[in-house]
Amino acid sequence: MSGILVVAEQRRGELRPVSLELASAAQGLRRPGEQVAVAILGHAPQAFVERLSVAGVDEIVTVQVAQAEFDPDTFESALGALIAARTPEVILVAHSVDSFGFAAALATRLGLGFATDVFSAERIDGGIVATRGGYGQKVNVEVDFPGRSMVLLAIRGNAFKPPERAAAPRVTAFDAPPLQSRAAAREFIELSAGDDLDMAAAEFILTIGRGIGEQAKVPQFRELADAMGATLGCSRPIADAGWLPKSRQIGQSGKTASACKLYIAMGVSGAIQHLAGMKHVSTIVAVNSDAKASIFGVAKYGIVGDIIEIADELRRHF
Amino acid sequence: MKILVAVKQVVALDEDFKIRGDGRDIDADFFIRDLNEWDDFSLEEAVKIKEAAATPVEVVAVSVGPADADESLRKCLAKGADRAIRVWDAAIEGSDSIAIARVLAAVAQREAPQLLFAGVQSSDQSFASTGIAAAAFLGWPHAAVVSSLTCSPGAESAVFRRELEGGLLQEVDIQCPAVLTIQLGINTPRYASLRSIKQAAAKPIEVWSLADAELRAADVGEAGSLSRVRRMYIPDKGRAQLIDGDVAQQARRLAEIIREFKGTAA
Repeated sequence: MSGILVVAEQRRGELRPVSLELASAAQGLRRPGEQVAVAILGHAPQAFVERLSVAGVDEIVTVQVAQAEFDPDTFESALGALIAARTPEVILVAHSVDSFGFAAALATRLGLGFATDVFSAERIDGGIVATRGGYGQKVNVEVDFPGRSMVLLAIRGNAFKPPERAAAPRVTAFDAPPLQSRAAAREFIELSAGDDLDMAAAEFILTIGRGIGEQAKVPQFRELADAMGATLGCSRPIADAGWLPKSRQIGQSGKTASACKLYIAMGVSGAIQHLAGMKHVSTIVAVNSDAKASIFGVAKYGIVGDIIEIADELRRHF
Repeated sequence: MKILVAVKQVVALDEDFKIRGDGRDIDADFFIRDLNEWDDFSLEEAVKIKEAAATPVEVVAVSVGPADADESLRKCLAKGADRAIRVWDAAIEGSDSIAIARVLAAVAQREAPQLLFAGVQSSDQSFASTGIAAAAFLGWPHAAVVSSLTCSPGAESAVFRRELEGGLLQEVDIQCPAVLTIQLGINTPRYASLRSIKQAAAKPIEVWSLADAELRAADVGEAGSLSRVRRMYIPDKGRAQLIDGDVAQQARRLAEIIREFKGTAA
């Protein structure tokens, strides 16, 4: 067993940025002289070669498959064959909506050591040790893989910086075995915004979470946001409950606060999916009654207290 | 038609929790147990299909865990599950999500449902792998992060939408029997009525041993797992600078931060 195999991700012809982060994650695990190969699956995988030609990648493996877009059966069959042919010691995939659909099945079928949502991985005494969060991210958990000669790790997005330098890895093609998938993708659907709001352009966002307690409190925060000149956002539970439109949801499956410079989170506990949409913001202020809420781990300023009282008092200043 | 719904009794940590003596878990004295939030949605989805169907649909909740998981199973019975199964054996202790999936798959093998639902992930360990690993043991088609579903009893396939990133969805047709992992927000889970809670308290929970699931001790626990917890520790996180004082002082300082920002942003 030798080498590191990175599985890149693409959607609708676009390489997903996390693919390059995986190439960086591979560097910390490679032994001297060990090769890093990146596999890319699709109708025309050659199209991604240029984007994947970054420092630290020795080889790009193009795998042409019948399905243009992600499909669990296709990925498991093609990657299963590739892993059997190459026997890499470590396989890295993104911890993503797509890998949720195939990684556990692949690891199960091939008997690979397996861990998900990994944000750090290293070699200790020759073995792989992966670190992930546990108990709602309140603790870190180190995981190892006794008796497993190959290990599959699903790596958390934004945990590694993508390589900056370009390189010229060799390109090879891998023939995936033919396969009749048991699922058929029909079409993509873009959720309509619900209102004319460009969350990605907002510089100042006030976000409310489950901590507001009841729908009747929403107008108070809407009014506070207006008075302060902030755009009102929310965490997933608020949008799922229909208290605010989905277009205002910040996080992995919602919007990213791309242009935001000041982010005030009130009653948001800080689930990892929410943090994915906002933790890059330079000034985050968290207001939460739970002093142990994980939002305080990414915030610059924190207020531990009753968010309704703070909101009432804050309103007097604007 | 039958729908099997896999549920997990999850753990939240009490304030000031402590690491267990062996350093590999949290001291169970600090555990606060509840039904996994995602599983509330998958159970509701199954019950909705049952209520909309013209032919009988049986909803069976299944959990792998010790006796205290009965509390979550009773919640499922109160919300509309017809039966509840709990599988446990001391050998299951120390299982990772893959070993748990092997047990769930064994139950699905015997129960032979048209669909097996699991939550996308659990709120405590967030593995996002149990349901899909169960599909691999069964050899069934599978899909993750399902945010809407159309399925008719007895049909050979189901149509669902998968929630991708940034508000994008993908519609997919899948052959049954299949395993689907269900996303938050797919429906609005009901509250159980007092009457149904009382009725659920009187319903039996079928307790299965490993032998009932036709499994051996070596199939579960560390031997049946693909990973092992080596160490658990409290991270030394960068913490926010806390704004102290009474509410008025805290709000005043927050207002200052906002004004400073607006001054530079203008």
